[in-house]
Amino acid sequence: MSAPPVLEVENLAVRFRAEGGEVAAVSDVSFSVRRGETLAVVGESGSGKSVTSLALMRLLPKPPACHISGEARLAGQDGRMLDLLRLPETEMRAVRGNRIAMIFQEPMTSLNPVKTIGRQITEAIRLHRPMSRAAAEEEAVRLLDLVGIPAPRQRLTSYPHHLSGGMRQRVMIAIALSCEPAVLIADEPTTALDVTIQAQILDLLRRLQQMSGMAVIFITHNLGVVAEIADRVLVMYAGRVVEQADVRPLFARPLMPYTTGLLRSVPRLDLAGRRAGALPAIPGNVPDPRHPPTGCAFHPRCEHFQPGRCDAAAPALEQVGDGRTVRCLRWREISLETAA
Amino acid sequence: MSSTATVPEATAPSRSNASRAFRRFRRHRMAVLGAVTITLLFLASFLGPYLLPFNDTYIDIMHRFEGPFSGAHILGTDELGRDMLARLMMGGRISLLVGLTAMAISMAIGILVGAIAGYYGGVVGAALMRLVDAVLCFPTIFLLLALAALIEPGLLSIIVLIAATSWMDVARIVEGQIRALRERDFAVAAEALGASDRYIVFRELVPNAMAPVVVAATLTVAKAILLESYVSFLGYGIQPPVPSWGNMLNNAQIYLTSAPWLAILPGLAITLAVTSFNFIGDGLRDALDPRLDGR
Repeated sequence: MSAPPVLEVENLAVRFRAEGGEVAAVSDVSFSVRRGETLAVVGESGSGKSVTSLALMRLLPKPPACHISGEARLAGQDGRMLDLLRLPETEMRAVRGNRIAMIFQEPMTSLNPVKTIGRQITEAIRLHRPMSRAAAEEEAVRLLDLVGIPAPRQRLTSYPHHLSGGMRQRVMIAIALSCEPAVLIADEPTTALDVTIQAQILDLLRRLQQMSGMAVIFITHNLGVVAEIADRVLVMYAGRVVEQADVRPLFARPLMPYTTGLLRSVPRLDLAGRRAGALPAIPGNVPDPRHPPTGCAFHPRCEHFQPGRCDAAAPALEQVGDGRTVRCLRWREISLETAA
Repeated sequence: MSSTATVPEATAPSRSNASRAFRRFRRHRMAVLGAVTITLLFLASFLGPYLLPFNDTYIDIMHRFEGPFSGAHILGTDELGRDMLARLMMGGRISLLVGLTAMAISMAIGILVGAIAGYYGGVVGAALMRLVDAVLCFPTIFLLLALAALIEPGLLSIIVLIAATSWMDVARIVEGQIRALRERDFAVAAEALGASDRYIVFRELVPNAMAPVVVAATLTVAKAILLESYVSFLGYGIQPPVPSWGNMLNNAQIYLTSAPWLAILPGLAITLAVTSFNFIGDGLRDALDPRLDGR
């Protein structure tokens, strides 16, 4: 676990310009991932997980529509650290898809409908690796085979609409892996797939990660998937990191009430029948980023809310030990309460 | 066509794209008819004159106003005794050449302007599209005539003039298409792969906008042929004695009652060429859309 991080993000903040001022979509997000590690970023819709990944890829609108601050250092090919947020656009283009790649939620629409699978993969390869068309085609066959597509050579002439969702996501993964990225950002890659295919894709990602040693940032709202694939978990709420921990301690003993709520709202077969009534949900909704609540952003929905304290000052991210961090004023008291 | 979960059979025939497109095109009867007609017109125009005993400017003064199928001249002769068939064929060369090259030039301009305007939007897009609107505001025919009066009429100048007045439709079509397409996931995915703007626009987005562009292109060929005829008919285009379908019609006006075939034949040629191109456009629209393959 002592390998140096391939990506270090520090104080990342993203603000969008909206009618009547600016909206902070993401603020003060810091994390790092090491070679071969999988970091899961978890949170409800609107918690800022996708914005974080798009900011790292620099795929958000340009200023003045959107302001990004902070630092994101990615290990370059030569070991030099590149600040993704300050790289000139032309250099950034050489990094995207090459050192840091991304796969998207919708395999149905992420492939160009009028180009064959073969053309899309070979062109992606040739964007960053100088090789002949024929060599790129061989490489495409190898990649398709690697991601478990049967009869890869025949598939080169297929169009995306000939393939199922799971197959298309495999193609997207093949494209993302074509340049052996150091970091792969997977933005809910299995959300649009059915459960059996989902398991296959997760297996595939894990296998490929073991082979290549790339770091994976896995964005999801599915805690079952997190338990399956992650080494470390970053829980986000209202654009901030609220808890960060290794996956086992997090599942065993969540510290932030929001994490507890998330874990409790997962349907569990082993508790079926024993748990009375409906599945416990977190009441309320993610706060409107234009009018964030005072103090802790989670306090209006928190069952441990203490008036005068939680709504007064925003809690800082606190080191708990073992690289674990939590953003809650009352986490000590709460963990004592629940232990009792 | 179901968009989900059609697991591909491993034995699916890997036909080439061209043959698949051709198969789809062939299903379109009128388009095939149009293609055959255009091919015949092409062959007749470019090879036919070599097979005829008469030159298009040869004056057979003894056989003026001869009706079709009545003598040595198959389609008759005009007021100077020139062979109508030879003139139609040579006119066809001009018309088809003007139609196709004007189309090619206006497509190039239209796609470029539309793609840049649609992709970048904002001030650049607004400026370009207002330019398109401004050019569209000119009544085409007066613009053509005004320009034709200033520029020496000739084959090249008529092509440039027609191209300059017919690229706006394509620009508008492409602009709208690109503006919608650039928000699509695959465009973002291409950007995430590190593709340049130029690559995204011309390799990812424009191919997706080709179906309406191809239709517009065939319509533009048809329109260009008509425009050439029109300008030549008014005497500003292709200059006699070089024949074009338009100036043949012009000559025929005075003899409309005494020798109607002088007007009917070039008119028929224009109609045939224009409708054929339109039918080809319809067929191509279907043929170029691989999503229709499953049907």
